Amino acid sequence: MDLLRFITAGSVDDGKSTLIGRLLYDTESIFIDQIQALQRASQQKGGQQIDLALITDGLRAEREQGITIDVAYKYFSTPHRKFIIADTPGHIQYTRNMITGASTANLAIILVDARQGVVEQTLRHTIVASIMRIPHVVLCINKMDLVDYSEDRFYEIVHDYQQAISKLQLNEVYYIPISALHGDNVVHKSQRMPWYTGKPLLPYLEEIPVTLDINIDLGRFPVQYVIRPQEEAYHDYRGYAGKIVSGQFHEGQQVTIWPSGWNSTIQRIERNQQTVSMAYAPQSVVILLKDDLDIGRGDMITPADQPPILTQDLEVTLCWMDSSPLKTGDKLLLQHGPALVRCVVKSIDYKIDINTLSQQDAGGKLQLNDVARVHLRTAKPLAVDTYATNRANGAAILIHETSFNTVAACLIEA
Amino acid sequence: MSSHTYDFDYLDYLESEAIHILREVAGQFERPALLFSGGKDSITLVHLALKAFRPGKFPFPLVHIDTGHNFPEVLAFRDALVESIGEKLIVRQVEDTIRQKNLEPPKGKLASRNFLQAYTLLDTIEEFEFDACIGGARRDEEKARAKERIFSVRNEFGEWDPRLQRPELWHIYNGKIHKGENVRVFPISNWTELDVWHYILRENIQLPAIYYAHRRQCLVYEGQLVAVSPHIQIEPDDVIVEKMVRFRTVGDMNCTAAIESTAQTTEDIIQEILSSRISERGATRIDDKFSEAAMEDRKKAGYF
Repeated sequence: MDLLRFITAGSVDDGKSTLIGRLLYDTESIFIDQIQALQRASQQKGGQQIDLALITDGLRAEREQGITIDVAYKYFSTPHRKFIIADTPGHIQYTRNMITGASTANLAIILVDARQGVVEQTLRHTIVASIMRIPHVVLCINKMDLVDYSEDRFYEIVHDYQQAISKLQLNEVYYIPISALHGDNVVHKSQRMPWYTGKPLLPYLEEIPVTLDINIDLGRFPVQYVIRPQEEAYHDYRGYAGKIVSGQFHEGQQVTIWPSGWNSTIQRIERNQQTVSMAYAPQSVVILLKDDLDIGRGDMITPADQPPILTQDLEVTLCWMDSSPLKTGDKLLLQHGPALVRCVVKSIDYKIDINTLSQQDAGGKLQLNDVARVHLRTAKPLAVDTYATNRANGAAILIHETSFNTVAACLIEA
Repeated sequence: MSSHTYDFDYLDYLESEAIHILREVAGQFERPALLFSGGKDSITLVHLALKAFRPGKFPFPLVHIDTGHNFPEVLAFRDALVESIGEKLIVRQVEDTIRQKNLEPPKGKLASRNFLQAYTLLDTIEEFEFDACIGGARRDEEKARAKERIFSVRNEFGEWDPRLQRPELWHIYNGKIHKGENVRVFPISNWTELDVWHYILRENIQLPAIYYAHRRQCLVYEGQLVAVSPHIQIEPDDVIVEKMVRFRTVGDMNCTAAIESTAQTTEDIIQEILSSRISERGATRIDDKFSEAAMEDRKKAGYF
């Protein structure tokens, strides 16, 4: 059994909460006492049936203050797969929220109301999914019950969408006509849309391959921590602890340590306190080298024949997530895996309009939720890949120097 | 592309994610601690820490906030576990906090000290200047936790402010804090109750015996079974029964309900959870039922 992480994008009106509720309910992921609580809440609201949307209902603090916390995680599993849903609210601060949820997602479900068809928000969600390079996108055309389960309407929307996204770099889009409210094509195949020959949503989510979402060609091992036991028996033990974020490593392999550029050979790999001959992403392991080198947290080990880009100049697509603006010349902290360095904003080249992907002049300044192309200069060289080549080694966050808040997401473009 | 295909199991994913988080704590903080309750989730954390740091020592002590109402079996298990792994354990008593702070000890039939734990915890954090506290909370437990970060920054009063959470992107964890603040870290955030049990089964992790079915005298209280102990008031017209029970979560003797069960093994427990379809907290936590937002309130006040 493996694992798929996905994000749901859409506004409340698109039936996103109902869809999540339906997935959880129909896979029997909701416990009896929780269903009873839902029944009580549904009745209080005057409803006869269970309101599935209440499953994703928020905290009291959110209801009272009319705010929404950026992302809630939900879990369910079937005999085939475990699923983690990043549920992000659909309105204000949407870009920041969706990017947060999208950063760990293998798949995005984008919801469209069959009556409305493709709207500006549909494109915005698709563009964010494309910028974040979410490997798989499913367009769920919801509320088919309100358009008489019309095949013509479904294909009209599919056609409109294909036209609209033709310029985007999306790997693959799968189209499913659903009614989250009545359960059509969510878990079970709809009897009311015999013309649809594809898979319902859940079987699709269960079967889509996820292993390809990890770059298996580029070995990347950021060192998190050095294990040095203070016991006589382990006098010479110096183990580099970390998680292989992409690719693979094996005993006897020639490796390079970055940013120093030193070379060595893997003497041994330990995983779960046992020696293994090889290890691969996303395993957490300990690597021991033949040479006694000064390696610490923030360094990266790679196979000698798979070098990363070593640079102090990063060109990034940046999403600004703070309420105070970002300006050219600002100094911040940049965290890339375990590496933490200072950096300065050299230039804000242009803003990206996430409704159209068109470029706009930023005037040297970014506001909350702006997405832009930015040049950064770091105080020390970093071992990176482009986000397009290797998502796991091509992303970084920016941290405010005094508040220590996380203020930006960066995708390394070059 | 290489033709190698990976064997990619969900438990391996969750395990590696948790080990990565534990090592981030070790790499980013000066004085971390692992909050240990003796329950299955914190025992799983200890198991993961062994995988993360052996053959080295843990870069943190285990800290137990003892309410004085624990199951004796759990305390004995705790001491044996600490002995066998050779790690440091710090125990602080809620009893002492009540005395030092002149707090009103809880009254009533079940007299839960659960909410007093937060005081002792915050005092302990101050005493040792802990800058990170690792806990075994999971996001599937209830909805306040579903919205909390893996690295959850708390102010000097230990308070959680759901509106001021840092965005948590990719697998990059920002642990930068000011003096006096601390971070609660939840390495098994993405695990469900069943994931934990499947992992316990796969790894053959030993647990306190009260998790498995045993005969016990229980008070029937508002439809729930509460273990008979010196920590509850028993009155003449109370109904006491002896039943085969087990505990689905481990907390204080007087605020954790037993469930009727014949599950003798971890496999039995997994089957039982699959067929019972009652949530862990719903089945066994007497203290969460008082209000729908009980957990949200306690978190904001510095509870886990």
